[in-house]
Formats: sequence, structure tokens, C-alpha cells
Amino acid sequence: MFAAAPPPEVYLGLSAVLFAIGAVGLLVRRNALVMFMCVELMLNAVNLSFITYARALDDLGGQVAVFFVLVVAAAEVVVGLGIIVSIFRRRRYADADDLSLLKG
Amino acid sequence: MQDLLFLIPALPLAGFVVLLFLGKRIGEPLAGWLATAAVGASFLATVAVYFDLQSTPEHERALTQTLFTWLPVGGLTVDLGFLADPLSVTMLLFITGIATLIHLYSIGYMHGDRDFTKFFVYLNLFVFSMIILVLGDNLLVTYLGWEGVGACSYFLISFWFESDANASAGKKAFVTNRIGDFGFMVAMFFTFSALGTLNYQQILVSSPSLAATTATAIAAMLFLGAAAKSAQLPLYVWLPDAMAGPTPVSALIHAATMVTAGIYVLTRMNPVIALSASWVPWMIAIIGAATALFAATIALAQNDIKKVLAYSTVSQLGYMFLAVGSGAYIAAIFHMVTHAFFKALLFLGSGSVIHGMEDEQDMRRMGALRKIMPITSATFIVGWLAIVGFPGFSGFFSKDEILLFAYEKSPILWAVGVVTALLTAFYMSRQVFMVFYGKARWDRPIEEAAPELAAEREAAGITGGHGVGPVGEIKPHESGWKMTLPLMILAPFALLAGFLNSPFVDDGKFLEHWLEPVVRFGEAHATSGTGVKIGLALVATVVGLLGIALAFVVYLKNRQDLAEKIEQPIMAKGWYFDSTISAFMDGPGRKAFDAVAWVDKNIVDGAVNGVATLVRDGSAKTRLVQTGYVRNYALGFAIGAIVLAGFILTKAVYS
Repeated sequence: MFAAAPPPEVYLGLSAVLFAIGAVGLLVRRNALVMFMCVELMLNAVNLSFITYARALDDLGGQVAVFFVLVVAAAEVVVGLGIIVSIFRRRRYADADDLSLLKG
Repeated sequence: MQDLLFLIPALPLAGFVVLLFLGKRIGEPLAGWLATAAVGASFLATVAVYFDLQSTPEHERALTQTLFTWLPVGGLTVDLGFLADPLSVTMLLFITGIATLIHLYSIGYMHGDRDFTKFFVYLNLFVFSMIILVLGDNLLVTYLGWEGVGACSYFLISFWFESDANASAGKKAFVTNRIGDFGFMVAMFFTFSALGTLNYQQILVSSPSLAATTATAIAAMLFLGAAAKSAQLPLYVWLPDAMAGPTPVSALIHAATMVTAGIYVLTRMNPVIALSASWVPWMIAIIGAATALFAATIALAQNDIKKVLAYSTVSQLGYMFLAVGSGAYIAAIFHMVTHAFFKALLFLGSGSVIHGMEDEQDMRRMGALRKIMPITSATFIVGWLAIVGFPGFSGFFSKDEILLFAYEKSPILWAVGVVTALLTAFYMSRQVFMVFYGKARWDRPIEEAAPELAAEREAAGITGGHGVGPVGEIKPHESGWKMTLPLMILAPFALLAGFLNSPFVDDGKFLEHWLEPVVRFGEAHATSGTGVKIGLALVATVVGLLGIALAFVVYLKNRQDLAEKIEQPIMAKGWYFDSTISAFMDGPGRKAFDAVAWVDKNIVDGAVNGVATLVRDGSAKTRLVQTGYVRNYALGFAIGAIVLAGFILTKAVYS
């Protein structure tokens, strides 16, 4: 009834690609909002590999871990967006390089 | 009884704590009474322990109590424990007994002093420390008390710290005693590394296994400690200066109790001394005899009433060292006991005189006080006869005992002892005649009565302070009962304490039988016949009487020419011992200290500061790593993650 699911390697490859995009984006972009989205991308890449393994190894533990990551990510979004919004209010733009007051 | 041993030190400690926190509120004179009661109760506890000990068989006379394990460090386990045996109980009896009397006396003597309660705080702490010193069942607990009495001595010498001289006298005592503390500590290290224990009873049992060289090292270092605490050559210099403290302190600490700690420790460790090379006892005996003679010559020419007694104390302690060196531990303890009585009596008597003379301490301003201070003078005369060894008085028996053993060690040591006895009789008689007999030198202003003293004070620019009386006429008076009662109690003891160890019948030698279990390893036994003993006693008696007679001629018949011949300025200045040390320390000594200071400043401090500079400069560079740019941190993160992943993967592949 369903087409045969692709083998796990495909999912893992997708996960790796997504993670790499997120990591590079975090390193090269300056906009705080985009950097934030890159972080989310990396988190979801990890979630994808968790689920893949859970399915391949027939172990529910991987899915449980995903729920934890989702909850933590949600909390992180609340705090992170709050910070970004308050930065926007003060500066009208959110360039991460302008926020270097905490240098040594 | 055994479990109540701790009460003996605990009571003065309780007095100390209560007075420390509530003293100001309790105030004069109740604080003094409280302190006296604490020490008095401690005395009663000691008496109870004594009777308990007395009723046990001779060779089981040792009560021990261990409160808790103080230091369990590797192979070293030290308990806070107490040992009441004949030696410690003998000492405790006279320490707590005399301390009680001196506390009572102090209530009168310190009346009206600004720091009345503080004085009793220190005094109680001192008694506590002294009890710990004597009652401790191992060397470390004794050392705790040893340092405690040193600290209290410092506090009390500089009690009137407003004057520079008093403050520096305290410092001098403290620094000189540090030298001795070093000796005591090293002796303790040696003992532990050789025997693996510091406990006295275990040392006594295992000492026969000591090698002679180890025993020699321990004994020599202990002697260094004892020589500083008990003011022997060349470390005696602090004791005469210690007279800067209030007179009850001089009586309690610097005559009767603390200065005997050195002799106590040597007696306690007598098995070790017995095993050491023969030069150690010889050194102890020679230094003791030399100190006795040396200090006696200085005492001849002192004019301060307390300085005479101070040098006399140094001299008498020399006798005790002579006894220890001759193996006559019982004689040393015997003389310690009699000396404690008569010297405390003499010091308290001198304090009563000073008090009555409106703070004047110079004997050239006194004279003819016999009629005005009947109790003080009568008791002082008892003390005087005891110290000169007048037949029947306590000093006669104890000094004879020491001289007998010194004679068996070497007739030269005996001769030095006899000459010292002559000088002792002379300077003590000089003091009595100058203070209580002759013409009054206080009923006129100082320029008329004692022109020499007035000129001296003018030259030195002394106008007042403790120890300097009024310039005008002085109206001496007898002291109150709080001060005379201790004198009246001490006088019979000074008179009769000699019968503790009466030589006439064997049953009379109470002290000897009593102490025998403690000193059986090291005690020498006199072999001289009765004829020799009587002969020696006769010589000592004649010499003592001769000294009194000479002083009578010189000071009561007013032979000023003879007095000037005897009181050489070099003696008055203490053979320039002090000033030579000062000159040396200020010259070559200072250069050496400067060199040490240079090393300290440039090498020791240099190393410390170098490390600090290194850290500061290094961190100034590394702080630049923190740029504040999020992307830099992210890059660091990424590189770190890649390195970590690479590491784990290579490990997984290649292992």
C-alpha cells in the first residue's frame, strides 16, 4: 500500500546536508534572525537522524530524544526571539557583529 | 578521681573565658575574686588528686586521662591526655597553691588599675597554660602549655604597654624564648623519629632502645629549650627585663612557676639524658654553675629592688641546672619547690614595699622600713634567711643537697656553688639592710635623701612612670590584708619546706621516696660518707653567715668605701652582656640581617612577584581571544566539534 521506504542512508545523508547548511549559515551570515534560523536547521537535522536511527534500530529511545529536543528548542526560541525583538527595538536592524560589547 | 583530672586545667580556663567575655561588666574587684576562686578550686582538685595518688602503691602512682585524640596523622597519634604522677602533682601543688595566693595579692596590688580585669584574664590564662605544660602526658601537649606560658608572659611583661621600655621588654622575652622553642621542637622531632611516640610513659618504657647519638641530640636540643625558658647563660637576658611587668607577675611567672618549666622538662626526660653522651650532663652542670655565679655577681650591684631578685632568680635557676647536670633530679625539684616558696615570698614582699613606697623601686630611696611595714619586713626576713641558707630554713636543705651532688660530680663545680652561696648571702643581706634597716631615705625630697639617684634620674631624663616614686617626701605605709595575707601564708612554707626532704633521718626524705619512680633511670646516688656530708653542710653554713656578716659591716656600719669597691659599675651593667649583644647586632649582625633581607626581597619575593607578573602579562595577551563576535565563537565551536569528531573516529578506526 505504501511505496517501499527509501533506505536509512538517504535520510542520514539529508540530515548531514541540512546540518552542514545550518552550520555554514551560522558561520557566514551576520543577521541575528538568519543565524537563529540556522541553529533551528541544525537542531532539526539532528532530529531527523534521531528518528532515522529509531526506525532502523527499532528503538523508541530516539523518538523520545526528539521530543526533548523540540521542547528545548521551543524554550530557546522564546528566549532568543525575545532578545532579537528587543535588539530590533533599539537599533532597527540586527547585525550580530555590532553586538560585540562583551569582548575581552 | 581519674576522670576528674581535667578539672585542674578546666577551672582556670573557665575563669579565663568568663572574664574574657564578661570581665568588663563584672568589674573590680569581683573579677579578681572570681579569678582567685577558679585557681583556688583548681588547687583543691590538685590536693584531692594528691591524696588519691598517695593511697596507691608506690610503683603504680600514675593517673592518666585521655580526653580525645588530638592529631591522628599517619604514624603520629597525639592524644590530648593528662598524666598525674608524683612529679607533675608535686609541681601542680605549688603552682596552683602559690598562684592562688598571688591572685589574692593581685586584687590588692592592682587596685585602681585601668586594666584590672584584663590582668586577671591573662593571669588565669597563664595558670591554665602552666597546668597544661605540667599535666600533659606527652611532649606536644607540654609544648602547647610551653607556648601558652610564653605568650602570657609576653602579655604580662608588656602589661603597662604605654611605655616603650615595657613593650620592648615583652618583645625581648618573646624573641629569646623563640630560640628555646626551636630547641624543644627539634627535640620533639628527634624523639618521634627515633621512638615513634611522644607519650612520656611510652618514652620511659622504650628509651633503653635509643642509640646514644640520638639520645645526645634529643638531650642537647631539650637543654637549649630549657635554657631559654629557665633563663640560663647566654639566654638569660630576657628575665631581668621581664621585671617591667607588675610585681605579682614577676612573682608568679618569673620566679615561682614558668621559669621552672625548663627544669621540669629535663627531669621528665631524665632517662634520655641518662643515655646521652657524658658531655651533655657536663654541659648542663657547667652552664648551670656559670649562670649561678655570673648572675650573683650582677645582683651585687643592682639598686632596683626587683632587679636584685630577678638576677637572684637567674642564679638560683643555675643551681637547679647544676643539680640536673649532676644527676640530682630530686634535689633540683626540691630546690624548685623551696625556691618557689621563698622567691614568691620575696617578690610579693618587694611588691608590698613598692606599693607602700608610692611606686618607688630604687633601694637607695628606702631604708628603715622595718617599723612601718612590720608584716612585710618580718616575712621578707624569713624569705631572706631561706634563700641565704640559714640553718633550719628551707633553702639550707635544698641548696646543701645540690652542693653535695655537685661535689660528687666535681669539686670545682662545688666550689663555684659555694662562692655563689657567699655572694647570694651578701647581696640578699644588702637588700634587706638597704630596704628595712639603716637610715630612712624617703622622709625628705629626693635631692637631699638620695642625691646620687636624683642625679642619675636627671641625667637619664626620667620624671615618672611605673617604678619611679614621687620627688618629694614619701609617706610609706603597710599594705592591706589582701597583700599581707599571702605573705603570712608563704612565710611558714619558706621556713619549713626544707623538711619535705629532711636529711637527718631516712624516713624524713619524703620527697625522695615520692619522686623516686619518676627519676629512677637518671638519678645519681650520693656515695659520700656522713662526715663529708656534714663537712660540706658546715662549709655552706659558714659561707652563708660570712656573707651576712660582710653585708652587715658594709651596709649597716656604712663603709661607703667598701661598698664602692664591691659594687663595680661593670656588674651594675651586667658585665655589658646586653650592650655587647646590642652592639654586635647593630654592627656585623645588622649586615648579616640586611643580607638576609636582600635575599628575601629579591629572591623569595622575586619568585613570588615573577609568577604574578607572568600570569598578568600572559592573560593580557590571551584576553584578546575574546573578541565579542558571535561568529568567532561559533567558529571555535565548529573547529572544536570537528577535532573531537575526528579524534573519536580515528580512535574507532585504528583500535
